[in-house]
Amino acid sequence: MSELESELAQAPVFAGLSPAHLAVIAGCGREQHVPSGTVLLREGGTADTFYLIRTGAAALEVQSPAHGPLLIETLHDHDVVGWSWLFAPYRWQMDGRTTRECALVAFDAACLRGECDADHELGYELMRRFAASIVDRLQATRLQLLDVYGRAPASA
Amino acid sequence: MDVLQPPREHAAPAGPMLPAPAELVSTRRDTSDTWTIALRPLSGEPFAFAPGQFVMLSSVGHGEVPISISGDPAEPECLIHTVRSVGLATAAICQAQPGAILGVRGPFGTSWPVQAARGGDVVIAAGGIGLPPLRGAILEMLAAREHYGRLVLLYGGRSPDQLLFTEELERWQQRGLEVLVTVDSAGPEWLGHVGVVTRLVRRAGLDPVTTVAMMCGPEVMMRFLVVALGDVGLSADRMYVSMERNMQCGIGHCGHCQLGPTLVCRDGAVFCWETVRPWLAIREL
Repeated sequence: MSELESELAQAPVFAGLSPAHLAVIAGCGREQHVPSGTVLLREGGTADTFYLIRTGAAALEVQSPAHGPLLIETLHDHDVVGWSWLFAPYRWQMDGRTTRECALVAFDAACLRGECDADHELGYELMRRFAASIVDRLQATRLQLLDVYGRAPASA
Repeated sequence: MDVLQPPREHAAPAGPMLPAPAELVSTRRDTSDTWTIALRPLSGEPFAFAPGQFVMLSSVGHGEVPISISGDPAEPECLIHTVRSVGLATAAICQAQPGAILGVRGPFGTSWPVQAARGGDVVIAAGGIGLPPLRGAILEMLAAREHYGRLVLLYGGRSPDQLLFTEELERWQQRGLEVLVTVDSAGPEWLGHVGVVTRLVRRAGLDPVTTVAMMCGPEVMMRFLVVALGDVGLSADRMYVSMERNMQCGIGHCGHCQLGPTLVCRDGAVFCWETVRPWLAIREL
């Protein structure tokens, strides 16, 4: 197993995949180092590359004319940046920007989609893992919407 | 690990319904709606308490409310509370000036199992105003740092300006507490985590076999924290929560704070999750 494949296996979204599938996924990825402030995704842009953060941090933001960038969530080691490459029309829904220097794996989305089309078992395993990640983050976002800290407690 | 009942280490003195006068000696504004106050009992006696216990704090003419003790158990001469101004009584307490006399009943309730957790790792998970009830436990564990493995604090707040004890967090880190902080919303200048506190659990890399969890915050947050901790392997008998209910007498007489067969003021506020889990599954409770 290559160093990159070992690295991928540590990320929750790729954990448990067979070595053969990890090798295919790694074949669509390349290591990349970027400074803080690098724009990874641009709302409306073509979702042709998504990222796995090896180390560092990134922010997902929505631009607002009145308020500037609204920070929705931060992503950290072993998190995936970008889901829209999975679904047509393959356009980013929000901005993604590094907030620290990042070591990334950048994936060629078309390459990986092609591999999934060619090997439905890989496609299923990958979709299953991305769905779990999406549900996890959807649940976290729901909790954020509850604004639980803003409610008056019964005491204290 | 056997289910440990949270210790009840310091009973309220005789006449627990009679407030003891205490002088407000200092006040500090922590956030837009939260103050930390220091009280000195007029009796001159030290106010012994265990971390996690609470008092019934009153302001004459404004009412009485249950407030957790956020001070250091090793410094019982001063009673420290961190109070959020959310109603008539808490607003009066927060706006009181040094020299004011407040009423204190207590301490009441159970405490965090800091002694029982010795020899293992501890994760402290707090949300919003849930950090002050854990501060005493943190200070006690840091004072005996060599008796613990990893000490990890997961702290979630509404926004960076609503975080409590920010300067102290840095000092605690220097003393061996791993601190992970997240906020629900922040501007681009915030370089820390944005997201709910449950998302920090996986990042903490906890060992479920050796870790005891102590949690305090909004009940919704704790319910989801318990799930997140369970997902990484912690069992219910290793998780402790501080519950909030309508506590009025503080001594288990009035029944306002009943939760299933328990009274939160008497049998809690710190409970083992194993104990309260069945009752929290009943929506009407």
